[in-house]
Amino acid sequence: MDGVHDLGGMDNFGDVEREVDEPVFHAPWERSVFTHVLAMLGAGHYNIDEFRRTTERIPPVPYLASSYYERWLASLVALLKEKGVVTEEELLAGKSLDAGSDRLPALDKGKAQYITTNPISVLQECNSVPRYKTGDEVVAKVMSPAHHTRLPRYVRGRRGKVERNNGAFLLPDRNAHGAQATPAFNYSVRFSSRELWGEDAPAKDSLFIDLFESYLEEG
Amino acid sequence: MAKHKHGAPLSDLQLRVKALEAVLREKALVDEEALDALTDHYENKVGPHIGAELVARAWTDPQFKRDLLEDASATVAALGYAGLEGTHIAVKENTEEVHNVVVCTLCSCYPWSTLGLPPTWYKSAPYRSRVVKDPRGVLEEFGLYLSEQIEVRVWDSNADLRYLVLPRRPGGTDDLSCAELAELVTRDSMIGTAAVAAPAREQ
Repeated sequence: MDGVHDLGGMDNFGDVEREVDEPVFHAPWERSVFTHVLAMLGAGHYNIDEFRRTTERIPPVPYLASSYYERWLASLVALLKEKGVVTEEELLAGKSLDAGSDRLPALDKGKAQYITTNPISVLQECNSVPRYKTGDEVVAKVMSPAHHTRLPRYVRGRRGKVERNNGAFLLPDRNAHGAQATPAFNYSVRFSSRELWGEDAPAKDSLFIDLFESYLEEG
Repeated sequence: MAKHKHGAPLSDLQLRVKALEAVLREKALVDEEALDALTDHYENKVGPHIGAELVARAWTDPQFKRDLLEDASATVAALGYAGLEGTHIAVKENTEEVHNVVVCTLCSCYPWSTLGLPPTWYKSAPYRSRVVKDPRGVLEEFGLYLSEQIEVRVWDSNADLRYLVLPRRPGGTDDLSCAELAELVTRDSMIGTAAVAAPAREQ
């Protein structure tokens, strides 16, 4: 989706404001939103691509006006409603009305500790032969899908070079929509800054981004 | 109206979070001990000190540095530093010729298991929009001025790999231990928005 979340290359957002000695969370509610998002993810109610998809669906004005964890809260609530885990009536009542049929077991303490410190590999088996290899010239496709994608606008139509094959992972464009798991090769692709931003960009500089095979065509 | 312990009314946002907590708890969809374990991990256990340990070791142990640059995922996993948002990881080395800087333009991807949770600025629109287009300008705002001779590489971590920068070791640190070196390494130097400063020396 060509949403406001796709910020790369946009102007006029102002200086990068940094906070000295920033705490991990600024308020207890932020901590609560963070841990609940992880707990419900870990319990299997949704996957990370679905979570990104609902975050991107926040309309532009509230997206930009909200703090980071406000967006997480909006996304969590939207997903839990979509999945039938909670209803708006329950949230307004502040208690369970026994609505919804989702009864996945809660993420327990042992699993919570496991997933934060052990390898959680999301590498996939992929039976097809990789279409590209290191050094291949490629072009990022021009496309504007209505669905979730990890191909940002600023590289579409631009020519780059494959740096390496990162292996196969679930294609987010499908995984974000509950579609059948689709493993796809993912490549680190290098674009010169001049290719992306024009002749005024420094000649030596470049940008690397990890792109799925279906985002690319031969250059 | 609900009150917290200081007597001020809770905001709509806080009430919404409280309501969600209550609903999920009553439905037994969350486990309080698991929530506490997640809080403890991200507030107390993981953070830039882990990345700093990796960097200092890479500065002092050539084999470890090779391993880290060639297969960071296996190297950090062997040390128990894998986990969510950090299992698949690549380390990019800053040199005299190349400076690396990391961003996630689409959301906030960040190597949680080696740096902890990202600072607010990393997740903000100004950083995400601009560092891909004008990295040198953004780095100057951070106080890092790079000569034209240095090649800047921006890494937009938009998929499953997370990126950690291996900053340059400052001069005058030959006599420092690995632990002392780790003390010098900042979070921002491992994102690529800062250099590691040499230690202040007593006269």
